[in-house]
Amino acid sequence: MMEFLSQPWPWWVAGPLIGLVVPVLLLFGARKFGISSSLQHLCAAGLGAKKPAYFDYDWRRQGLWNLAFVAGLLVGGALAFGVLGAGAEASVSAATWSDLAALGIERQAGPAPREIFGWDRILTLAGGVSLIVGGLALGFGARWGGGCTSGHAIMGLANRQLPSLVAVLGFFAGGLAVTHLVLPLLLGGSVDG
Amino acid sequence: MADPRPAGGRGFPGPLELVGYAAIGAGFAIVLAKSEAISWFRIQEMFRFQSFHMYGLLGSAVLTAAVSVHLLKRSGARARNGEPIVLEDKERTPGMVRYWAGGTLFGVGWGLLGACPGPLYILLGGGVTVYLVALVAALAGTLLYGLLQSRLPH
Repeated sequence: MMEFLSQPWPWWVAGPLIGLVVPVLLLFGARKFGISSSLQHLCAAGLGAKKPAYFDYDWRRQGLWNLAFVAGLLVGGALAFGVLGAGAEASVSAATWSDLAALGIERQAGPAPREIFGWDRILTLAGGVSLIVGGLALGFGARWGGGCTSGHAIMGLANRQLPSLVAVLGFFAGGLAVTHLVLPLLLGGSVDG
Repeated sequence: MADPRPAGGRGFPGPLELVGYAAIGAGFAIVLAKSEAISWFRIQEMFRFQSFHMYGLLGSAVLTAAVSVHLLKRSGARARNGEPIVLEDKERTPGMVRYWAGGTLFGVGWGLLGACPGPLYILLGGGVTVYLVALVAALAGTLLYGLLQSRLPH
């Protein structure tokens, strides 16, 4: 059992389990799955009495459940990495390793490449832009668009919402542009494709 | 534009209920971590169309959620605490500007970080502390959106 758990889980096991979070949250407390709203709740909790309208609501009543879910993500992350071997080398395709090698990123274990992500890489172009510009775009974009991968791609598409489909197409447009046009520039290689 | 604040106004969640949400979150985190959805390398592979893995993962998650939502709606089931399960439609704004513009900006962040908000928290919990920089930047981005909201097209 432990051996099975420490292998990477196939998509056809993990995907349905991820989807089940939607009905479990609805049945447990009539809550709609969505993670990026936690960013709004954290801002609302951290700001003083004079807040912009966007953060002026009862974050405890509306957001505490979401922040408890996020606390669970931290605990689950600790368990997955500490006990279940989540830090092992990702089993991505040979083509991906080869593309990344051309960008100067070598095959390695761990969830993110040490050439970009590390405290010692923050002052590099690739490291700084990825973490700081990436984080800003993630937070700003998620709230402007009204949701992230959980709220739009899973909850919204499952509820057949056209706005969510538009948002998901945007997610891919942005991600494709970064992967094929921006990342090669950041890593000092030539633009591919 | 509709009220920008989150919908709600229901009862204040008790401590046991909060533990329940945390447990669901922990389970979700383990599934995401063990299916490598939190891996920058997997996100690269997805945006390079070099494996079915992430598409199978997202597709089967959406399908499972869609069937569940359909059954819940049809059965008129209520939540454990007796509340009705209501899923409002997302507001269709003129030109859907907020969805494609905000969505594309989010995609830029997803591509750069190789992680969306859920994996960001999971990686932090897993001890990849440098993502704290990304979380602080994401909070700054959220704050900036809150300040500019009335001046942005939606």
